[in-house]
Amino acid sequence: MAERLLEVNDLKVSFATEDGIVQAVSGISFGLERGKVLGIVGESGSGKSVTAMTLMGLTRGVNARFEGEVLYKGTDLLKVSDAELQNYRGNELGMIFQDPMTSLNPVYRIGDQIVEGIQAHEKVDKRTARSRAIELLRQVGIPNPDARVENYPHEFSGGMRQRAMIAMALSCNPSILIADEPTTALDVTIQAQIVDLVSRLKDDFDSAVIFITHDLGVIAEIADEIIVMYAGRVVERGSKRDVFYDPQMPYTWGLLGSIPRLDRPKAERLHTIEGMPPSLINLPEGCKFRPRCPHAFEKCQQEPALENRVEAPGHLDRCWLDVEFKRGRRDETISGGSAEAA
Amino acid sequence: MIPFIIRRLFGMLLVLLAVSFIVYLIFIVIPGGDPAIRIAGRTATAANIVAIKQKLGLDQNFIVQWWDMLKQLFTGQLISYYDGTNVVQQIKAGLPVTFSLAVGAGIIWLGFGILVGTIAAVTAGRTTDRLITAAALIGISMPVAWLGLLFRYFLSGEKGWPALFPDGGYVPLTQNPAQWFYHLLLPWFTLAILFIGFYGRVLRSNVLDTINEDFVRTAKAKGLTPTRILVKHTLRASLIPIVTLFGLDFAAVLGGGAIITETVYSLHGVGWYAAQSIQTQDLPPLMGVTLYGAMFIVVFSLLVDIAYAFLDPRIRLT
Repeated sequence: MAERLLEVNDLKVSFATEDGIVQAVSGISFGLERGKVLGIVGESGSGKSVTAMTLMGLTRGVNARFEGEVLYKGTDLLKVSDAELQNYRGNELGMIFQDPMTSLNPVYRIGDQIVEGIQAHEKVDKRTARSRAIELLRQVGIPNPDARVENYPHEFSGGMRQRAMIAMALSCNPSILIADEPTTALDVTIQAQIVDLVSRLKDDFDSAVIFITHDLGVIAEIADEIIVMYAGRVVERGSKRDVFYDPQMPYTWGLLGSIPRLDRPKAERLHTIEGMPPSLINLPEGCKFRPRCPHAFEKCQQEPALENRVEAPGHLDRCWLDVEFKRGRRDETISGGSAEAA
Repeated sequence: MIPFIIRRLFGMLLVLLAVSFIVYLIFIVIPGGDPAIRIAGRTATAANIVAIKQKLGLDQNFIVQWWDMLKQLFTGQLISYYDGTNVVQQIKAGLPVTFSLAVGAGIIWLGFGILVGTIAAVTAGRTTDRLITAAALIGISMPVAWLGLLFRYFLSGEKGWPALFPDGGYVPLTQNPAQWFYHLLLPWFTLAILFIGFYGRVLRSNVLDTINEDFVRTAKAKGLTPTRILVKHTLRASLIPIVTLFGLDFAAVLGGGAIITETVYSLHGVGWYAAQSIQTQDLPPLMGVTLYGAMFIVVFSLLVDIAYAFLDPRIRLT
């Protein structure tokens, strides 16, 4: 069995705000092994980014409260001091962010920004760090890296900036790469290139990846395991196969239905999940998805536990609906109205 | 960059011409502006006044008068109506004082402004921040003239307390550096306190905005130390607007803008000269001082633009 890098146990994150306590993450657990890709999927406000940032300690602040454990190779990252955490950030865990346009400092050269990260963790002279920065840029597919290393971020295109961010995140050879919606701000062809790049580099650097997205289509290729989050909770979790071919949560159906697909009969229009994600200050009673769920019934007044309800072990969900009933109904949502006609 | 600078220099000339014209215009329009009447004195005859007007060229067309005055100014021949001294030489005589005041005060207000602004931002919402904010508001609100008088009254022996500082006056740097410093300490702080409060407030809010930038989060995610993040990423970005402020404020003080401070401490610099000339409604020195000050403003605004291009590589001067 591959080395277990990360073990998150019942992580809860809340923030005190002027309007009340925002329960951003309410109990998420997962493990991550070297070489694996974990996909975390959900809408805005589902808690996926907060989860990712919490792993890096980036949500720490006077208003933030944490419960549970984030065990990285046995050390609880929630408990280590800010100073100690610096040794993990960038070194053991690398992170790339949603918007490459704003995530790089506009006033420093790309190369200097990578060098800065390397020198924060390793005692190497500037020249060594710089040649490593060039090598990294080459690895992430920046053409002519010897010259490009001198460029400023505004001289890079969006896709190239995200590649530079990836180079920076990988500069100290981290065991885990956390990618927080790395493709959202990019156009579709660049998205695919970035996903391929992450997938390839994961093998080159022998690391694990946590890939966060709101678009299940993006991680269809690379994820080994998928967690679907809603209102700070895990509502479905399973292997890629489980989630794509036997999804149990109507919410997951909605996410799948909102992806344009070429291998299905053409729907009139893509599925939309009605309504808005709930406020994290005043959550609805029972199943959190109930107000937006077209299949809700009385039992949904109580929140279902995250349990295994199907044959596949490790495929967990939070839905009271009968499994057979669901299998009959879900294609309507996933493939759109014209599925019946087909 | 070179074409940019050349174009700007042309623009600056036009600005200076416009400034001088407006000054001249104002002087003609205000009551009691006609220097011939005042020079002739109370018992003058009409013939006296005409003679003076002729001598000073005041009987000519308004535009010609203005142009003659500019020519005299730039050839160093402009003479005060009031006491007949050479304007350019008077301004030159005031330069060491004004420069000493501006450079010292500038260093103090920039340094302390950055210091208190950064401390306030880092401790935002806590007691230190509140104290600094309150102190800054007091500093901004105190009129310079009043503050200068308070300093002199309490610290320079006028109240009868031991005099910690000399009561005004200026000792040239070349003559006695220690005395130069000692004499200028109070004027420097008098002038700087307003700016310290103002710069501190501006920097505090800039830093608090920058802290939430994505690239600062990236810097954290790289595992940099908090000091490095603050200095290299947050402050670096937050200081860019301060450069603009400082360029223009510093230019104004260099250009004789510290009229009140120079007057309160009897520092005979360009600002003091301006104040004297205003009292006597003496047009030639006012024209000289105004153009001298305007020149610093336009030159420094060009320097600020050039500095921007170095501070932010996204800016291209075209």
